[in-house]
Amino acid sequence: MSADTKLIARINYHVSFMVAVELQQVTKLFGRFAALRSVSAQFSSGRCYAIFGENGAGKSTLLRVIAGLAHPTSGKIIFSGPQETLRHRIGYVAHASMLYDEFSAMENLRYFGALYGIKDEQKFAAAIRTVGLDPKLERRAGDYSQGMRQRLSLARMLMHDPEILLLDEPFSNLDVTSARDISTLIGKLRDAGKTILVVTHQVGNVAGVADHSLLFSQGQLLRCESGIAAAGQGSPGTSSGEGVAQ
Amino acid sequence: MSSLFDVTRATLAKDLRLEWRSKDATNGMLFFALLVVVIFSFTFEPTAEEARRITGGLMWMAFLFASTMALNQSWSRELRNQVLDGFRASPAPANALFLGKTIGNFLFVCMLEAIVGPLFVVFFNLNVQGDAPLLVLVFLLGTWALIVNGTFFAAMSMRTRSRELMLPLLLFPISVPALLAMVGAITAIFTGESSPDLSLRFLAVYDIVFTTVSLLLFETVLHAE
Repeated sequence: MSADTKLIARINYHVSFMVAVELQQVTKLFGRFAALRSVSAQFSSGRCYAIFGENGAGKSTLLRVIAGLAHPTSGKIIFSGPQETLRHRIGYVAHASMLYDEFSAMENLRYFGALYGIKDEQKFAAAIRTVGLDPKLERRAGDYSQGMRQRLSLARMLMHDPEILLLDEPFSNLDVTSARDISTLIGKLRDAGKTILVVTHQVGNVAGVADHSLLFSQGQLLRCESGIAAAGQGSPGTSSGEGVAQ
Repeated sequence: MSSLFDVTRATLAKDLRLEWRSKDATNGMLFFALLVVVIFSFTFEPTAEEARRITGGLMWMAFLFASTMALNQSWSRELRNQVLDGFRASPAPANALFLGKTIGNFLFVCMLEAIVGPLFVVFFNLNVQGDAPLLVLVFLLGTWALIVNGTFFAAMSMRTRSRELMLPLLLFPISVPALLAMVGAITAIFTGESSPDLSLRFLAVYDIVFTTVSLLLFETVLHAE
């Protein structure tokens, strides 16, 4: 390999892992309750971050703050890239389905597509197929199983091809096969260069795909580590330097 | 990029389709308004002259109370499954949601008025003495006044614990001037004793002012925590 090729390879490596989102001393208060306390972290593109912590640790609030659904009480969130298209570049899946129960999969995506200026039916159908559902299915989302609803939520998020994916409990109430399928999909998206933050309690489902794990407790980021085993089990470990409790 | 017009149209189409399938708002409104017509017609036995004087007030009371059902319903369906967060996280303009919902609610209440209005005429044996076609204008302007405020205040109260109570508390006091103008215009047309012009002008100005204020403030209301 020539020197030039090596240099290009090195640059490509750095470009593919450049910081997509940075949190600087982010605090979120609900009245007197601190959901997030001075959280500082960096999330790189092409990486998957598994976020663990007990109930009420601030994991979901972290995703909502990054998604722009909650405003930080103090601190800053810095996104790379053009700020005017920021909302186009973020995809968010909440614990709830964020779907209209009375609509079919295509009808749901048609409406949410309009919010992003997308009218191409092929894109909707492709997003539905990506998550393993049939776009021709006329059944209403309210009649779907929990697993199908979760997949459709993912399709709603993937439809506009966002760069930053925020997934809040995507494996909850799923059977083993559905959880494995979603885990595989997350892996593919990470390999495609997406920045993925997954809040979950199920360590096993992200074991194969998460590059880093973050452990939250009482609104504080306690640790950010490479891999997932240590943080998932709550044992101490070393910081990777990409997301460090301040 | 998502334009105001496209998202307004998509939101309106979505609301009409959802209502067509669930009929949550229209059934409740219709049932309530029909009850009011029937009960009022049994409770009062007005002469033809008295009927012309009081029916405007009775009509608008029925429509105002019935429309609060549609207004609450239109926002509560956005809270189910946190669908509203899907909108809030998107780049779509906030006012498109407001306009889509307002036009949808306006159509639902107009439909209600088209069904229940003639029943008032029949049950109270009304004989319009003034310029009857002007009634259409009164209903359009009056309904928009109720709905534009109602949609805005329903959005404001949707995240409160007792939103069914909060909406009338916010909406009714601010609707009083419009309500007086509506009743004044209807009574003037029914009795033919005076001109409804002043009331109609007042309603037009009221509509413009409150539509503008609502559009200016809605984004803040939508993104409030």
